[in-house]
This record gives sequence, C-alpha cells and structure tokens, in this order.
Amino acid sequence: MMKQEIICAGFGGQGVMSMGQLLTYAGMLEEKHVSWLPSYGPEMRGGTANCSVIVSETPIGSPIVTEGTSAIVMNLPSLIKYEKHLAKDGLLLINSSLIDQKTSREDVKVYYIPANEIANELGNGKAANMVMLGAFLEITKVVSIDSILAAFKKVFGPSKEKHIPMNKEALEKGAAAVRG
Amino acid sequence: MAKILMKGNEAIAAAAIKGGCKYFFGYPITPQNELPEYMARELHKTGGCFVQAESEVAAINMVYGAAGAGARVMTSSSSPGIALKQEGISYIAGAELPCVIVNISRGGPGLGGIQPAQSDYFQNTRGGGNGDYRLLVYAPATLQEAVDLTMEAFDAADFYRNPVVISADGMIGQMMEPIEFKEAPKRELLPKDWATIGTKGQREPNIINSLALDPAELEKHNIHLKEKYDLMEKNEVRYELYNMENAELVIVAYGTTSRIVKNAIAAMKEEGIHVGLIRPITLWPFPMKAFDAIPETTKALLSVEMSMGQMIDDVKIANEGKLPVHFYGRSGGMIPTPDGIVESVKKVLGGEK
Repeated sequence: MMKQEIICAGFGGQGVMSMGQLLTYAGMLEEKHVSWLPSYGPEMRGGTANCSVIVSETPIGSPIVTEGTSAIVMNLPSLIKYEKHLAKDGLLLINSSLIDQKTSREDVKVYYIPANEIANELGNGKAANMVMLGAFLEITKVVSIDSILAAFKKVFGPSKEKHIPMNKEALEKGAAAVRG
Repeated sequence: MAKILMKGNEAIAAAAIKGGCKYFFGYPITPQNELPEYMARELHKTGGCFVQAESEVAAINMVYGAAGAGARVMTSSSSPGIALKQEGISYIAGAELPCVIVNISRGGPGLGGIQPAQSDYFQNTRGGGNGDYRLLVYAPATLQEAVDLTMEAFDAADFYRNPVVISADGMIGQMMEPIEFKEAPKRELLPKDWATIGTKGQREPNIINSLALDPAELEKHNIHLKEKYDLMEKNEVRYELYNMENAELVIVAYGTTSRIVKNAIAAMKEEGIHVGLIRPITLWPFPMKAFDAIPETTKALLSVEMSMGQMIDDVKIANEGKLPVHFYGRSGGMIPTPDGIVESVKKVLGGEK
C-alpha cells in the first residue's frame, strides 16, 4: 500500500463519518500518515454526509480527495455523486441493501454488499457501516481489524466499549461477504 | 507524548488551554463551532471560564476586559463574525493589550457561505478596524502547525502586548489529523504591572484606554506602536521554502492552499516542470525576505489563493517589480484543484518562455 484515498458517503445517521474516523485513527495507530476531511453544511440526520480519508506511507499534501482510490457508498445519491470521483481501476463498494442499481463505471472494481441485511442478521441494523468497513479492509488490507477495534475505544470512548464484540462480528461478516 | 487524532477546531482549543488560556468569550458561527464547544466543556476544568456572549461585539469587549486584567484570553469566530469584532480589535491594539483571536474563515463578502475561503487576508493583515495598528497573523497549513502556533501565540501576544490572530480556513477547522502537544518555546516575559487588578490602596491606578485627545500625545503613542511593529517585522517573520532549486516558476500560497499546491508541484515534477513554493506562515509580518531565495531560473511568480486575489498585493510589494506576478484562485468556498493549478502554471510558463 502506498496511498489509499477513500471516499465514504451516505446519509446522516448511517455512520459514514465514524466509519471514516475509525479508518483514520486505525491508520494513525499503525503509524501511517492520515487525514480525515468531512463535508460540512447545514444538513444533519437524513441529509447527505461524506468524508475523505487518506491513509498513506508518505506525508499527505492536500487532504482533499478529487480522484479516490476507493469509494464506500451507503445510499443511491452517494453512488451517483461519487462514482465519477473514483480513479480508473479504483475500488467501489456499494451497499446493495439500499442501492438497487448498478454502477455506470466499467473501469473500476465493484462489490455489491447487502450491508443492512447482514447487520440486521446480527441484530443491529446500525452496524451496516461496520459491515462495509469489514469488506473494505478484507479487500485492501489498509489497516488491520485489530487496529480498528483499538481505534473504536478512542473514537467512541469507554462507555461504548461494550459494543465492541458486536462491531467485531459486523466487521468479520463484511469481510466474509467479499471473501471468495 | 503519543499522537492523537483531533478535529482542527478542537485541536486549536486544546492547544490554547495548554498555552495558558484561561478565559474564552465567543458567539457561535459555522465553521468554527467545535472550538467554543470544546472550551465550554474543558476550560472550567483548568480553573478558567467560558462565556457565550450575546454577540460578537460583546465577546470581543469581554476579551478587552479580561486582557486588561492581565488574563490570557481568547476569542474565535469566522469571517463575518470577525468583521463584527473589528472595533474591539482596534481598541485592544490601541490599548496595547494581549489576546489571541482565531478566524476560521469562510466565503464572503457579507454573510457569504460556510465553506472554506482565504478572502479575509485583507481583513487580517490590513486591519478591519481604524487607526495605525498591526496584528501578528499566523497562518497554519496543518493541524500540527495550528497547535504549535496557538500554543506560542499567547506568549507572543504577552510579549508585544498586542492581539495575535490565528488565520485558518474552514477546512483546517473541520478536518482531522494526528497531532502532538509539544513543549512550546517560551519567551522572556515582563510582569503585567499594567493590569487593572485593583490598587489595594498601594499604588496609583493603572489606566487602560485607547482615547488620546491630544494629537501630540497620540502621535507619540503611534510612534511607540510603530517601533513595536518594526520589531515584529524584524523578529517574527516565518515562512517555508519548498522545492525552490532551479524553479522555473515560484508559487506563493499559504494555509490549506499551500497543501494543494504541493500536490500540484509533485505532479509537475513528474512532467519535468520545476516549480517552487514560498509559503508564508506569518501573513503579517509578510515574509519579504523569502523572496531573496528565488533562483535565477525563475521566470514568473504565481499567487495561488482561495480568494479573488488579496495576498497578491504583498507578493507584488515583495517582488519589487522584478518578475511578472500572476494569479490563480478560487473563491466563495470553491477549493482550487491540483489540476487547475498545473494548468495555470503551464499557461504562465507558455506565455513567459
């Protein structure tokens, strides 16, 4: 891995920002160069949410991702908006539970992951972001699942530590969904 | 100390507390709200005090009061909010009081938008307030630099008895990067024997004021202020030189924009185009002497800004008419892209060759 430039996108409440933060924190714990840049605007829950994450072996110049190496899209507007910001041969992870159409890109590597269904099977629909993250890590190996779990404590604080086993399971189910 | 991941606004707030900030007065505005939020949550834990004022004007006057009592004090806002504070800033500079002011700027003019911009260069370096005063203006490009400069800013403010501005844009406020709180270099500081903390009946009252109706007295005061600003120009200039060797063109850019420029420089290097960068870290005093490092191979200068062209005035002053000075910028919250910068450089070099 030289440099991963990742776009995480969905609607507010899907855990898009925290998915990006976990990735960023985990990268830092692995002593890589990292940056996290959110879109910010007047919208809140239900509005669009996205963040750009860079995890790199070398120092990061601009934190803005104009041509991503990967995109994780959680809903249809995000697919439409961000598939065009993906570099040729980039990686596109689509949450097929909420997106019932295919990408228009033919020059990228695409995975369709029914993240909400998988998360619901685990008894927590809110873990769809972790399912997608697990799939992403399985394909790219940008950071380890252990680093994500270590980051979990930092990002969400000690009071949320009880949720770690469930989130670990979601990461593993996501990984299993793209293993094959 | 281990690195931690923080949002820019929070990192600046945390650095301020570590820099000795005890009082914070502010009024909410996007994109800097996490800064006062952090202060509201954390400042009282160090024996300090956070007050959300009823307006920006009130906030800066609370800063005036706390600074007059000798406290380390800060306010933060974003572009139109900083505009509202200008009267207070001029008074504080006139009364020679130390404080730190953070501007996490957004697109303007007027209420403008909430996305990142650098169109407050004039506001920060030329003074939105009246009179012959100057502000020491730091423009960090990374969160680590924002943290380091904020920690140093309080000493600098106390040393000169003058407001210090941290000028960053919404992107630096909103993004997250690993940071480390390092020991800030300390300055030799005099006791604040001018502070209005009560005479206890043992001395004449200290008077803090920016009114001087006698022209001779006011001129004397302005000459004294000028001597202070001259000292800042001599001792406080900071900048970074990047990739200057054999540069065909030198870009001048600061803050977030300088990071995008570095990406563009790397892309051009692959095409065999050598482009250097002068990155002002202090916007005032502007790094005039950095321009002495421009190599003989350089044919033109390009000021790249997130504005319609403000710093370019200082670039022209520093250039002293030697080279053609060009401009590339985006504004209103639009961010320059590396491609846009590369294209602009090629256009300039095509014309200058």
